[in-house]
Amino acid sequence: MNVEAIVAAVGLEVKCGRESLGREVTGGYTGDLLSDVMGHSKEGYLWITRQVHQNIVAVASLKEHAGIILINGCEPAAETLEKAEAEKIPVMVSVLPAFELSGRIYNLLTSPG
Amino acid sequence: MGEPKPNLYSESFHIEGGNFNSAGIVSTSIKSILKKLGIPGDIVRKAAIVSYEAEINVVSYAKKAVVNLTVGPGVVRIEVIDEGQGIPNIDLAMQEGYSTADQRIREMGFGAGMGLCNIKNYSDDFHIESEVGKGTHLKMTIQTP
Repeated sequence: MNVEAIVAAVGLEVKCGRESLGREVTGGYTGDLLSDVMGHSKEGYLWITRQVHQNIVAVASLKEHAGIILINGCEPAAETLEKAEAEKIPVMVSVLPAFELSGRIYNLLTSPG
Repeated sequence: MGEPKPNLYSESFHIEGGNFNSAGIVSTSIKSILKKLGIPGDIVRKAAIVSYEAEINVVSYAKKAVVNLTVGPGVVRIEVIDEGQGIPNIDLAMQEGYSTADQRIREMGFGAGMGLCNIKNYSDDFHIESEVGKGTHLKMTIQTP
């Protein structure tokens, strides 16, 4: 399943990085501690967080995440969007809280067919 | 026992302490250099994690640092030498969850007490030395096939 299909299925607002929405999603990780995400997430993951500052882009880029999803309708900082656009990383926003969003995306990624 | 094998690549970088806006620039450069040298993806990702965590530590706690990247046959070495407050108790600093980060650092999601653990876990060999009031010296080695 690619990022675009998840955007449609859970109703995400895409803030930047549209050109990378075709990227395949291999899993996801939910967390606000950057070192936790650094240590435990993997390439191709969607990262679900409430951090909105520009440092999230470096983490997603170094870990080669498929995209970043901000929860609870959090708005990304302007510098975050600038950097993410340059790095071609989709930043998306959900109105859902982390628990519910993670559950929905988990179900999408693990349901057969 | 023969001539020492030459390094394939070496470069030094500088990190400015306290500047969170530029945090990640050095590790991003290291990652792209290793990719261009044809180092396998999993090794590149390990080096990226290790150098990012070290970079964040410098930005959080030190005045400045020099990062030396050396790529030799079968090995990537990353050395970070900072000038800063140093670490009074390295055993304590190496414990997961232990952190001296202030509130500002924690609010950004840093200072979770996992940085040095990530560095150790993603390095094949890790050395740390520190002198209070002077600075900290990290040496990380990652083996390549």
